[in-house]
Amino acid sequence: MDHVHAPPVPAPTFTVRNLTIAYSGNPAIKNVSLDLYPRSVTAFIGPSGCGKSTFLRALNRMNDLIPGVTTQGRILLEGEDIYAPGVDVVNLRKRVGMVFQRPNPFPMSIFDNVAYGPRIHGVTDRDRLSAIVERSLTAAALWDEVKDRLHKSALDLSGGQQQRLCIARLLAVDSEVLLMDEPASALDPISTGKIEDLIDELKNRYTILIVTHNMQQAGRVSDRTAFFLSGELIEYGLTAEVFESPRDRRTEDYITGRFG
Amino acid sequence: MIIGLFVAARGLPLFLSFGAWRFIASSQWEPAQGLFGVFPMIAGSLLVTAGALLLAVPLGVGMAAFLAELAPAPLARALRPAVDLLAGIPSVVYGFVGLAVLVPWIRSAFGGPGFSVLAGALLLGVMVLPTIVAVAEDAIRAVPRTYREGSLALGATPWQTLTRVVLPAARPGIVAAVVLGMGRAIGETMAVLMVTGNVTALPDSLLAPARTLTANIALEMSYASGRHQEALFATGIVLFLVIMALNAAAALARRKEERA
Ligand SMILES: Nc1ncnc2c1ncn2[C@@H]1O[C@H](COP(=O)(O)OP(=O)(O)OP(=O)(O)O)[C@@H](O)[C@H]1O
Ligand SMILES: [Mg+2]
Repeated sequence: MDHVHAPPVPAPTFTVRNLTIAYSGNPAIKNVSLDLYPRSVTAFIGPSGCGKSTFLRALNRMNDLIPGVTTQGRILLEGEDIYAPGVDVVNLRKRVGMVFQRPNPFPMSIFDNVAYGPRIHGVTDRDRLSAIVERSLTAAALWDEVKDRLHKSALDLSGGQQQRLCIARLLAVDSEVLLMDEPASALDPISTGKIEDLIDELKNRYTILIVTHNMQQAGRVSDRTAFFLSGELIEYGLTAEVFESPRDRRTEDYITGRFG
Repeated sequence: MIIGLFVAARGLPLFLSFGAWRFIASSQWEPAQGLFGVFPMIAGSLLVTAGALLLAVPLGVGMAAFLAELAPAPLARALRPAVDLLAGIPSVVYGFVGLAVLVPWIRSAFGGPGFSVLAGALLLGVMVLPTIVAVAEDAIRAVPRTYREGSLALGATPWQTLTRVVLPAARPGIVAAVVLGMGRAIGETMAVLMVTGNVTALPDSLLAPARTLTANIALEMSYASGRHQEALFATGIVLFLVIMALNAAAALARRKEERA
């Protein structure tokens, strides 16, 4: 009989060490260290204001755009420090794509929104663009609803449709990491289910981080779960373990809804 | 309004006695011989204004984009008052500088008398620049930050973000800036009068002298009487009509854009 080995742990995509992020001196992330693994889904949970979005936005350096933000510690993407001087931030953001907490479609047509990423990265062929747009919208469970109005303004879509459009817009770019900040917060159960299926499928190719306030969702889609509280990482581990036998009392209280 | 009625009442008799079409379309302005053709002045006004906008719109929008998006904050803070200062200089001072510097420069660089459509256009271009920069910069700053974030997060460069998302989103405001600049340009009298040469013949090149509608009134009002004076009031009516036509065209362009 062969020995049963634990599956080998792959090299992490992101290695985060002693990360502290402050807005004009007020810390929002305090000394957080964790590893994020390829081809898997990591859920970030925690009460509102605990720093989940701030953490996510550090991974593609979107916090750089906010005046007064200071970032300390180290974030390595496949071993390279993404905050080192001389890093190509444009390329970093291409590799590490993001769906924002608030849907932010551009004031242009649905088609142009999804085609935006491929176009800036050099795709000009009309047929190829159309194919990418259809594939991305289909994956984001939006194609059927918009296929007859691709050239209408994206701003006329409902909130939930805009959310899926932003997912489609991200999928149209060949990223390696997907940062999804509450991607299903405005969706009905059916669309939510489709997005969860999509995430399940995408994790074969991507490193996925998802912020969610929905515990069932975290349980369903994620392989690992990180629980944040007031900017600190309280617990991080395999989702099954975090949910079934949390090591910290506060994690248990939060998951079971007995929190605060 | 009352001014408008007054001007109309004083100018209309000439339309009747001389012929409105003949007044607008004929090219001889010989008050002593009873010939009142303002076509050269209409052409002069339109040429000088168009030339000014051709210079000021790209430059002004470029400066506005630079100030709003690219310039580091301290530089923008230093440049903005300099631009504002340009707006505060009285037009006669512009005219004087144009007379002393611009006209001789054009004469030696391109030949001709120096007093020319080109001199008027260049000078007016500089004069309307602050208006266009200020209004366009406000429009660019009013573009929501989330559009920029969405674009940058997809791996777009700042330049791509500016040209493909921010400027199109700011376009209605930029059109307003152009319309304001146009209004200022076509109504401007003093500076233009000092550098364009004021010849009543139809200009046949950019280097030829020209007379604008406003200059026509300003130059002859002090001594005109009788039919000649009526003809100057009639020139005022034409000026109103030209401005109204341009505004209508601008409004039409804007409405078309909103529908697109
Ligand atoms: N742009 C900002 N300027 C100043 N403070 C900010 C800014 N963005 C976030 N913060 C603060 O940082 C802390 C963490 O915010 P963050 O948005 O990361 O929380 P979150 O966990 O994503 O919350 P939610 O679940 O409500 O989205 C909060 O106290 C918040 O007020
Ligand atoms: Mg958040």
